[in-house]
Amino acid sequence: MLKLVVCIKQVPMVSELPWNSKTGTLRREMAEGMINPACKHALESALVLKQEHNCHITVITMGPPMAEEVLYEAIAMGADCGILLTDPRMAGADTLITSRTLAATIETRCPDFDLILCGCHTSDSETGQVGPQLAENMNIAGAAYIEHMELNGRTLRMKRVVDEFLETLEMDLPGLVTINTRTYIPRYVPLDGLQNAFEKQDIKLIDADELGIDPKTIGMKASPTRILDVYSPVEEKKNVVMKGAVKKMVDRLFDEYGDRISAAIGKDLKTHDHDEEQT
Amino acid sequence: MTTTRSKPDTDMPSSKEKNNIWVFGDYRNYFRNRVTLQLISRARELAEKTGAKVCAVVFGHDLDEYVNEYIAHGAQIVYVMDDPSLKSYNVESYVHLMADLAGKYMPDILLIGATSFGREFAPRVAKRLSTGLTADCVGLEINDEKLLVQTAPAFGGNLLAKIITPNHKPQMATVRPGTFTEQPHDDTCTGEIVRVLLPESDNMPKNRIRVISSEYQPQRDKKLEDAAVVVCGGRGMGSKKKFKKLFDLARLTDGETGATRPVVYARWAGHETLVGQAGKNIRPQILFSFGISGAIQHTAAVNDSDFIIAVNKNPNAAMMKIADVAIVADANQFCSALIRELRKRLRD
Ligand SMILES: Cc1cc2nc3c(=O)[nH]c(=O)nc-3n(C[C@H](O)[C@H](O)[C@H](O)COP(=O)(O)OP(=O)(O)OC[C@H]3O[C@@H](n4cnc5c(N)ncnc54)[C@H](O)[C@@H]3O)c2cc1C
Ligand SMILES: Nc1ncnc2c1ncn2[C@@H]1O[C@H](COP(=O)(O)O)[C@@H](O)[C@H]1O
Repeated sequence: MLKLVVCIKQVPMVSELPWNSKTGTLRREMAEGMINPACKHALESALVLKQEHNCHITVITMGPPMAEEVLYEAIAMGADCGILLTDPRMAGADTLITSRTLAATIETRCPDFDLILCGCHTSDSETGQVGPQLAENMNIAGAAYIEHMELNGRTLRMKRVVDEFLETLEMDLPGLVTINTRTYIPRYVPLDGLQNAFEKQDIKLIDADELGIDPKTIGMKASPTRILDVYSPVEEKKNVVMKGAVKKMVDRLFDEYGDRISAAIGKDLKTHDHDEEQT
Repeated sequence: MTTTRSKPDTDMPSSKEKNNIWVFGDYRNYFRNRVTLQLISRARELAEKTGAKVCAVVFGHDLDEYVNEYIAHGAQIVYVMDDPSLKSYNVESYVHLMADLAGKYMPDILLIGATSFGREFAPRVAKRLSTGLTADCVGLEINDEKLLVQTAPAFGGNLLAKIITPNHKPQMATVRPGTFTEQPHDDTCTGEIVRVLLPESDNMPKNRIRVISSEYQPQRDKKLEDAAVVVCGGRGMGSKKKFKKLFDLARLTDGETGATRPVVYARWAGHETLVGQAGKNIRPQILFSFGISGAIQHTAAVNDSDFIIAVNKNPNAAMMKIADVAIVADANQFCSALIRELRKRLRD
């Protein structure tokens, strides 16, 4: 049986994010969580492999206790069991430390894994770094942005498009892939699936002590990067609203922003219709 | 004059070669991929504040052309590893070589273009060097402590974060193509070329990923992602026929056409035009947005545009809120009027 490990992250549901409209900041503590979209594609690709081969899927997430929700959802979609890494000391980890913590978990809890699957990036931190760094940590073969997989024995054949090259790659398991969002459209969670997932209760909670990891090597304190400031770029926007007759608005657009438009399109624009008559 | 020096890989660098700013020489698709030159240019500006030298590091085979280009665009030192075995891009060997070189020379800063290759390569190098890496930076500055302040988007560009790597070297960042502007090509520029010998082959990692085939599939000439002007349309354009006007407007402005998901589903435009979470991220100097409501799956991919002009009959549409200029009008009528006026103003 093939052992698959899918790393998933819970991210705030941005479309329903409670924004503080005055300051333009995000009230993250009030946001609803969901499975990071790209992680869903990774899970879907694992489920597709499971349809064709004899597979067991473990989903792992590191996050606050409420991140358990995404494990239930993953199990409802078809994963077999889940691991929730949760410890206040793990909070604020950057990608180097996140990948190290995930690696320690896989090494101790799923040492006989065959394939690790990650999303290609998360919608909150958007780095896309955890997958490749996890492969480095585990010292296994790794390939990013995979769109298609085919397994023959212990050889995984993969397709991807990177920098305008359509590549076909192969690796021997064990290995790691990060899955692109172009293919493997996630299936819907069946209605009774969630109920069953809750009844199955196949989720383990692990903290740093149980993991046997040195607390000095986890979380924000161990992370090489520091966030100095977070701000909304929208704040600085003027948001000029125009209303009225179409022709007047077009003229106004060119009068006020003609230079900008001309610079962007790389061509000179005449400033006024009547200039022609004058010169 | 350009001087050349060869050195065996075992030589320790002299102290003056430390603490420099390195730029990874990503030369694949050279004429379309200018990110290395853009980074060299920005690195020169940063170096003024730290007194560092700007170095390009390039791996591959038959590299002279690129080496000279990097020097002509501002690189002061180019480290070259030129070997037939490095002929094709390969993440595993490039990671090995970069981690090895950077470990020896200890640059202060290492900048890498956020191409697909760079995004896979950079995090692995960072892990080997146990240092921090900030992805997709839109701004790089040097602060009073001479640290690299990296501005990176989060939440689909809805937020920006300023990030530093205070206690680890090198400070690493990836930067999207188009973020900085390259310096003009200048043949009178000089630089030093340091040829570094490849480690003995038994020290090289065995490639665990086999490339079965690699076909160059050039996309359309000017890609949506790089376009200075994007004309994006949504369901509010009304019909396939009316949507066609946006292609006219894009042609007039030397821009590209983008579309929302309903438009692509209705086949008013091809899938390659899809802008959003399931499609492309754009960052034009000007984005024209016609009849788009502004769902987060779409806006997340357009937030980095320098200037947004949105047309919607509903002044309260989310797209209108994030626009620099929000025009309350019928998208289709406004588009026609804009095309007419542009034609007039462009006519010689
Ligand atoms: C997982 C997921 C991924 C998605 N990925 C993407 C993606 O990559 N890209 C994407 O675009 N969407 C994506 N979507 C869909 C997205 O949520 C929105 O449904 C979509 O962006 C809406 O497109 P629209 O603005 O064209 O249409 P609508 O939301 O229908 O908006 C039409 C707008 O046009 C205006 N309008 C109508 N008539 C006129 C007129 N005559 N003149 C002027 N204005 C007019 C209306 O006021 C309205 O604001 C995704 C959704 C999901 C769930
Ligand atoms: N906290 C986490 N727990 C589990 N997996 C994660 C976590 N953070 C990132 N990942 C994995 O790494 C991928 C890329 O994340 P990122 O590098 O943060 O953009 C995600 O799609 C997940 O597969």
